[in-house]
Amino acid sequence: MRMVVQNGTVIDPANRLEADRDLLIEEGVIRELGRPGSFAAVEAQRIDASGCVVAPGLIDMHVHLREPGYEYKETVLTGTQAAVAGGFTALACMANTSPVNDNGAVTRFIVEQARAAGLARVFPIGALSKGLHGEELAAIGEMVEAGAVAISDDGRPVMDANLMRRALEYCSMFDVPISVHEEDLHLSAGGSMNEGPTSVRLGIRGVPSVAEEVMVARDIALARLTRGRVHIAHVSTRRAVALVRQAKAEGLAVTAEVAPHHFTLTEAAVEGYDTHAKMSPPLRLADDVTAMKEGLRDGSIDAIATDHAPHHRDEKEVEFDQAAHGVTGLETALPLTLKLVRDGVFCLSEAVRKLSVNPARILGLPYGTLAVGRPADLTLFDTRATWRVDPLASRSRSQNTPFAGWELTGKVRLTMVEGRIVYADCEQEGKPA
Amino acid sequence: MTFSQRHFLGIEGLSRDELLFVLHTAESFREISEREVKKVPTLRGKTIINLFYESSTRTRSSFEIAAKRLSADAINISASTSSVNKGETLLDTARNLCAMRPAALVIRHPASGAPHLLARLDQCPVINAGDGAHEHPTQALLDVMTIREHLGDVAGKSIAIVGDILHSRVARSNILALTTLGAQVRLIGPPTLLPLECSRWGVERHTNLRAGLAGVDAIMMLRLQRERQMRNFFPSLDEYARGFCLTVEALKEAKPNVIILHPGPMNRGVEIDSRVADGPYSVILEQVTNGVAVRMAVLYLLTTQERLATQEQSVTNGQAVGQERTDRQTQPGAWAERPQPGQEKGPSRQPEPFLLPERAVGQ
Ligand SMILES: [Zn+2]
Repeated sequence: MRMVVQNGTVIDPANRLEADRDLLIEEGVIRELGRPGSFAAVEAQRIDASGCVVAPGLIDMHVHLREPGYEYKETVLTGTQAAVAGGFTALACMANTSPVNDNGAVTRFIVEQARAAGLARVFPIGALSKGLHGEELAAIGEMVEAGAVAISDDGRPVMDANLMRRALEYCSMFDVPISVHEEDLHLSAGGSMNEGPTSVRLGIRGVPSVAEEVMVARDIALARLTRGRVHIAHVSTRRAVALVRQAKAEGLAVTAEVAPHHFTLTEAAVEGYDTHAKMSPPLRLADDVTAMKEGLRDGSIDAIATDHAPHHRDEKEVEFDQAAHGVTGLETALPLTLKLVRDGVFCLSEAVRKLSVNPARILGLPYGTLAVGRPADLTLFDTRATWRVDPLASRSRSQNTPFAGWELTGKVRLTMVEGRIVYADCEQEGKPA
Repeated sequence: MTFSQRHFLGIEGLSRDELLFVLHTAESFREISEREVKKVPTLRGKTIINLFYESSTRTRSSFEIAAKRLSADAINISASTSSVNKGETLLDTARNLCAMRPAALVIRHPASGAPHLLARLDQCPVINAGDGAHEHPTQALLDVMTIREHLGDVAGKSIAIVGDILHSRVARSNILALTTLGAQVRLIGPPTLLPLECSRWGVERHTNLRAGLAGVDAIMMLRLQRERQMRNFFPSLDEYARGFCLTVEALKEAKPNVIILHPGPMNRGVEIDSRVADGPYSVILEQVTNGVAVRMAVLYLLTTQERLATQEQSVTNGQAVGQERTDRQTQPGAWAERPQPGQEKGPSRQPEPFLLPERAVGQ
């Protein structure tokens, strides 16, 4: 089975390539890249990428697929449907399912569900502690053997510093990073939004920035002690970025990700008690948003990850302090990132690096590259097409996006996993190749 | 060569020659255990006190038998049966015992450094039978002795130590002994139990069992204390075994004539598979036999060179030693011992009749 993806602009940061190229794909593997028209004589299925960027498939290293246990919010199938519609060919999903993914059996179950869905690749992230209770180490070796690519208690900060130390030491044996949700629970107790002028005015108990920063500082210190790999999940404050920057300058194995909502929105979005603007960590101030962009620009922040956290409307249509934390993000991440390109934060190639190359490297996955011989995981997107966010049109089972009604620029046209088309934009359908 | 140490507190500080001297002495004592009458009169009339603050049938009985084969009187005191539980301090207990004039005090204690505290009393030779996570020097000697029986000189040999290095006094003493004697030591275990600082000891550090075992001449398995799981050094015994249990398959990485040591008691199915423990490579029972010989050697060397120390002391008495005592007495509550009348040893006793082969004493 042969395919040619032609007339597109290939952006492949891993190979420092940014040029008009056609791709020849055979048996799901990238066989050759050539100048436009190179494969005109080859008998193959043709995909017209004119006007599109052809990038290595996007990789979201932080999503909640909710299965097993919370299938009313999302399943591996609906989550990967949303993923491929958003241009993602691979996901790493967090362990806060029910039962918790703290052993090999649950890890294998998720891998199996993803195989059955047959859309995006899914890499489970194993729990750090049994039951996410923050007390005893989970069966990390067993989960890694079953396919876990990272370890995290995401959603629950690891308050016991000694447990975190042991986990970092233990994980170094498998060379998997620990993704850390940085929140000091004593400092954040009872808070539902950023602690600042808005929380004071709205009368909502706040989560201070320092709740994140003390934990980032702690985990960087533990990375120094153990030489373990710490990945700071969804960084949200200016000083947290500064701490990561410093740790990198010191040569520690510390990486960081930021979620699109944290580089796009401020706490002002909470105005009117909008529960779709409630997430953990909370939306911060304009200074912090600027710091996220600066961190992306100078490399302090390695990756953009959605923290896609689907919730049922019944969990959001409640009093603000009762509402569930989290927003969906798989279908809006790419256009929100492209906005940073248009705003001059970084170039398109850097955007692809944050959305594909770096997540692959951090998780040790062989993707994020269009090198010959690698699996043909591709995302084709139009950087100019605009569309309006309609939560009801989302492929996700949940609609809790803070970007409802936004007009976004940048649209995924086609997503391919191992040479299989797993998503094609309906607007494009029927368009002659 | 003479063995000039007053106490036997650890392998640390012993030279290669001193280690070899003790080993040669032990090797010559081994023969006594093969005799029909397993007894020599070397330490007749002397008392050895075994003061055990941790239960250890194996080490305690080994010291007891060693003392008895040298015709010494061995007294065992264990923490559970003595005044230890009645609030008496370690030093007070030791002072009382020393007042009974033992030839040596053997101590096993859960606190690292406890034997060193007693050694500072300096009322009789102190032998460390295991202190906390610090050292277990006689265990290291019996391990080395066993390796030497099988492999000859340990210099240049590759020896793996597998398991809980962090908490193991057996590992510490063996690392010191083996590296001093020129062996190449590899430490293998989960990173939680294998401190990064190990690399400073001139050893290799491995977190993969098979990689670590590649081509080794001897494997020393440490006992895994099950309660470590509670403190998150590993998720479960099952997962520990998955990574670090010495199985027949893992053993294939080592040299074909590899030997396996274990200080006992074994956790079968956790750190060692029964097929390996009971297999032809295991020298665990020889270790027990050699343990008696090593302890005989240490008791012999410390108690018979005591007179040398006494002579030296009489030379320096009233000088440095006296000065030190004065200083201590000026500090209220200082732990310094009071000079005790009659403590000084009587004029030189005659050497005991030696029943040792020439090479042991003649070096
Ligand atoms: Zn989180």
